[in-house]
Amino acid sequence: MDAKEFIARRVARELRDGDVVNLGIGLPTLVANYVPDGVEITLQAEHGILGAGGAAKPGEEDPEIINAGGFHITVLPGASFFDSSTSFGIIRGGHVDVTILGALQVDEKGNIANWMVPGKRVPGMGGAMDLVVGAKEVIVAMEHTVKGSHKIMAECSYPLTAVGVVKKIITELGVMEITPEGIILTEIAPGVTVEEVQAATDAVLIIHENLSVMDV
Amino acid sequence: MEKLTSAAEAVSKIKDGDVLLVGGFVMAGSPETLIKALLETSTAKDLTVVSNDTGTVDSNMIKVMQQGRVVKIHGSYIGSNPMTGQMLIDDADSVTLYPQGTLAEKIRCGGAGIAGFYTPVGVGTVIENGKEKRKFGDREYLLETALRGNVAFVKATVADKFGNCFMRGSTKNFGAIMARAADYVIAEAKKIVEVGELDPELVTIPGIFIDALVQSEDI
Repeated sequence: MDAKEFIARRVARELRDGDVVNLGIGLPTLVANYVPDGVEITLQAEHGILGAGGAAKPGEEDPEIINAGGFHITVLPGASFFDSSTSFGIIRGGHVDVTILGALQVDEKGNIANWMVPGKRVPGMGGAMDLVVGAKEVIVAMEHTVKGSHKIMAECSYPLTAVGVVKKIITELGVMEITPEGIILTEIAPGVTVEEVQAATDAVLIIHENLSVMDV
Repeated sequence: MEKLTSAAEAVSKIKDGDVLLVGGFVMAGSPETLIKALLETSTAKDLTVVSNDTGTVDSNMIKVMQQGRVVKIHGSYIGSNPMTGQMLIDDADSVTLYPQGTLAEKIRCGGAGIAGFYTPVGVGTVIENGKEKRKFGDREYLLETALRGNVAFVKATVADKFGNCFMRGSTKNFGAIMARAADYVIAEAKKIVEVGELDPELVTIPGIFIDALVQSEDI
């Protein structure tokens, strides 16, 4: 199992039956593949779908049904379509239970930066700012570092997407909860030491007294 | 009132300096027939384009931009059109980026007679620069103002000749709200039917919002 699958499997265990969930592009999209048995979720796509399904089979693509990444998808029984204004009303209005997305940086205040790297071409924030402010719960699912550089920071240095919204970070090294006291490492990946997680993290981690091993 | 017309005739209404709302989310609901007519038959320049993403490298909008006719863009996600990214690098004031829901709501308000709204999205980020910030309860919000266009391009799956539009699946996105927020609204439709043949229960955009109706080349 590669790191991305490992992370996606662990994130999927956070989902509860009945949740309305928005998944970001990339790694977070994989989470849909590992939703536990007995848990039914409704996937929201920010350009106007509730009840999004998996990828369309080759030859069965419908040009009028795409996901937010622009890929042809299917919809499940019970799905609905609506315009962008309604969709972001759903998001901003607190009707999305969980949004799972990647980040360039997250910090111990729950700040997230995931829309631009200064000095590089700017793709725009898309729906990310709305999602992290509007969803009831924001989970960051990402690889712990990028090319050896820290992403879990004492303080974000990149332009922020939102302030104080992230409550949980899940990486291939562990599960972390962001609290007023700081970032608490609550679970650790099998075969990894606390020292290794701390070395891969800019922020100083608080180690939970009942630190457990990540179960995927 | 006869609304059915050619793409060339419809886009001839666009004037230099106009604000053009363009529906679509990447290619879903993108009014490519109308943008192609803008490219090939109109000479209108100094345009401001309002679009979620300004299309892709394969879309007609990038070709209009390559003609140097677009001077200003309001968008949200522009990673799919490198020309828009280049405009932003060359002149930061030429591209204004908004959180996607803020852009959608600005346009919705533009069509609904609302001057502005307070949203919590963007507080504590570069989005709040220059905007009024106000506390309601214990939460901070930014004042965002309405956005309207001189002309809007939208794409329907089926339209009747009165202009009633059905937008299928995930093609509603921005087109369904832009059609209510411009002075002159042009809809292209994959299929055009007689008045009475489109089920009123399936109308995404009531026909009164549509000024011109064009047969889409995408059928």
